[in-house]
Amino acid sequence: MANKSVWSDNRFWQRSAAWVTGFASVLLIWLTFDTSAQISMGNDADLKNGVTKRVPGPTVINYKITYEMDTKRGHEVPVIGGKEKFFGRDDYSEEEAGALLHLGKLGSQAKNCMDCHTLLGNGAYYAPDLTKSWLDPAWGPEGSLQAMTGKNTREEAMAEFLQHPSQYPTHERMMPNLGITAEEAKGLVAFLKHMSSIDTNGFPRNFGKIQGAVHGK
Amino acid sequence: MANNHLTSESKQLATWYFTFAAILFGAQLLFGLVAAIQYVMPGFLFEIIDFSIARILHINALVVWMVFAMFGSVYWLLPDETGIETVGIKIGKLLFWIFAAAIVVVVLVYLLVQVGPADETTIWFITEGREYIEAPRWADFGIVVVALGFVGNLFLTGMKGKQTGIVTVLMADMIAFSGLYLAGMFFTDNISVDQYWWWWVIHLWVEATWEVFVGAIAAYGLITMLGAHRKTVEMWLWIEVSMLFGSGILGMGHHYFWIGTPEYWWEIGALFSALEPLPLVAMFIHVLYDWGKTQGEQNAQGKDVSVINNKPAFTWFVLNAFGNFLGAGIWGFFHTLPQVNLYTHGTQFTSAHGHLAFFGAYATILIGMMYMGIQGSNGIKVMKNTKASIWAVSLITSGVVGMTVSLTIAGYVQVLVSRAQMGATWAAYFDGQSGMWFTQAMDWRLFMGAVTFAGFLFLIKDFLSTGKDAQHEH
Repeated sequence: MANKSVWSDNRFWQRSAAWVTGFASVLLIWLTFDTSAQISMGNDADLKNGVTKRVPGPTVINYKITYEMDTKRGHEVPVIGGKEKFFGRDDYSEEEAGALLHLGKLGSQAKNCMDCHTLLGNGAYYAPDLTKSWLDPAWGPEGSLQAMTGKNTREEAMAEFLQHPSQYPTHERMMPNLGITAEEAKGLVAFLKHMSSIDTNGFPRNFGKIQGAVHGK
Repeated sequence: MANNHLTSESKQLATWYFTFAAILFGAQLLFGLVAAIQYVMPGFLFEIIDFSIARILHINALVVWMVFAMFGSVYWLLPDETGIETVGIKIGKLLFWIFAAAIVVVVLVYLLVQVGPADETTIWFITEGREYIEAPRWADFGIVVVALGFVGNLFLTGMKGKQTGIVTVLMADMIAFSGLYLAGMFFTDNISVDQYWWWWVIHLWVEATWEVFVGAIAAYGLITMLGAHRKTVEMWLWIEVSMLFGSGILGMGHHYFWIGTPEYWWEIGALFSALEPLPLVAMFIHVLYDWGKTQGEQNAQGKDVSVINNKPAFTWFVLNAFGNFLGAGIWGFFHTLPQVNLYTHGTQFTSAHGHLAFFGAYATILIGMMYMGIQGSNGIKVMKNTKASIWAVSLITSGVVGMTVSLTIAGYVQVLVSRAQMGATWAAYFDGQSGMWFTQAMDWRLFMGAVTFAGFLFLIKDFLSTGKDAQHEH
C-alpha cells in the first residue's frame, strides 16, 4: 500500500475544522470578557470623579455633553462637561436617572425605532441616525427643529416632536404618530442624551461640524 | 407539491416546510414592495402600515422563510444520508404546526397592534423592537422549543443511522445555530451591551452557521444531482468549514467598530472579515469543479448526456455558488474596512449588500432545495427546466441585481452628501435623501423590486405545475 498523503485525508481536515473553530470561538469568548468589562455602564461616582467610561452612567443626563476632536485618538469623542439642566433639573439621583433611561430604552424597542432609524448606526435607513441626535445643532437654541416646536430647550423640543411627530414635518417623509406619552417622550430623550455620551470611536465623523458645505459655504 | 411518490415521512414533512417557506417568501416580497413604494411615495399607507411595520414584516418573513426552508432541507436529506427514517418524526410534524401557528400569530400582532407602551408587556407580547429578531419574548421561547425538537431529531437520527460527513457538519452547525438564538433573548438598558449580543445572533447566523449550512447543502446537492464522489465533496466541505468559521467567527469584529466597544475590534474585524470572501471563492470553485469533473468523466465514457438530474435545482445551486461570492463576499468586502465603514455604516450600502447577500447566499440554494422536493414528490428521475423555471430564475436574478445596483448608488449619495460633506445630522440626512441621484436610485429599486416579484409569480406557477410536465424523465 502506498502511503496516503495527509492532505487528501478527510479525518485530517475534519480535525483542522474542529481546531480552527475551537480556537476562533475561544478567542471570541476571551475578547467578550474584556469588551464586556469595558462597555459596562458607569455610575454616578465615576461622573463626579471624572472617571471616563465608554458607556457612562444614567446620571450623565445631569451634565452638558459635547463632541470634540481628540487629537491623540484622531477622531471625535463625547466630552462630559459641567452641570446642565434636563427638563429643569440637574440633580437626578442614580435611581431617577436610571428609571428614565430604562423607560426610554424600553420605549425605543416598544415603538420599533430601529425599523426606520439607525441607533449606533444599526437599524433601518428610512430616517436619520440617532446615535448623536442629542447633539444635533438643529435641536439647539438656534436650530430649526427647536424653533419649529416653539420650545425653549433641546429636551422639550425633542419631547414635543416625539409626541406629535406628524405635526412637525421636516421632509415629505414624516414620522408617524406612535402614541408616545409625555412621560415616555421624557424617557426617550434621556435615552438619546445618554446614547450621545457613548464613546463610539468617532462615529459619526464630523457630526454637526459642517453646515451647508454642499452649497459651498 | 404532491406527496404521492414519497415513502419517507421525513421527506413529506420537508415538503410541508418548503410549502410554508414559499408562502412566507411571497409575504417577504410583498412587504418589501410596500417599503420600496414608501421611499418613492412617502404618503403610501402612512399611519396604516408605516415603513417600520412593512420593514419588520419584510425582514422577519425573510428570516423565517429561510429557517423553514433550512429545517425542510435537513428533513429532506436525512433519510438519504443516514439510510433510515428520521427519528421522532411525529414530534417533528407537531412542531411544524406549532411553529407555523406561532408565526401567523406574531405576524397578525405586528400588523394589527404594531406598537405598545414602553413597558415589559410590549416586549413580551407585541414586539422586542430589535431588528431581525423583533418577535416578542413569548415567541422566542416557542422558537427555542421548536429548535430543540428539530436539533433533537437530527441528533437522534444521525447517531442511529449512518453518520456521514455532511450529517456530522449539520449536527454541529444546527446546535450552534439554535443555541445562538439565546443570545438575543434578554433586555438591557445598556444599548452597547444590547447590540454586542444582538450581533451574536445576527452575525454568527448569517456569516457563520448559515454559511456552513449552505456548504453542507451544496455538498449534498453535488452528490445527489451530479453523482459527485462523496470523499472529494466531504473533504472540500471540511476545508470550507475551517475557512468559514476561521474567518467568520472573529469577522464579527466588523460590527464592533462603532457601538461603544474598544478600538482593538478595528484590527480584528478588518483582518478576519477581509478573509471572509475566501471560503466563498472556494465554494464557487468547488461547485464548478465537481460539475466539470463529473461531466468530463461521463463524456470520456462516450456518454454525451448531462450528468445533472435536476436542471432547475442545479441552476439555483450554481447561482448560489456565484451569488454567495458576489453578494456576501464582494459586496460585503466593499465596506468592511473601518476606514471605509466609518462613512458607509448605516447607509443604503448596507442595504445593497443585504439584498444581494441574502439572495445569493441563501434564497438561491433554498429555492434549489424546493425544486428537489418537487422532483422527489413527483417521482421524477431527470427534471428539466420549463419555460416558467427559466422566466423565474431570470426575472428574480435580474430584479435582485437591479435592486442591489440601485441601492449601491443610493448608498454612494448618502456617503458623499450626508456623511462626508454634511456631517451626519438630521439636515444632512435629508439633504442626501433629496438628491436627484438618490431619488432616481429609489425609483429604479422599486421597479426592480416589481421585476423580482414578477419572477416570484413564475416561480410559484412552476412549483405548482412542473411536476406534471411531460418533458421530465420518469
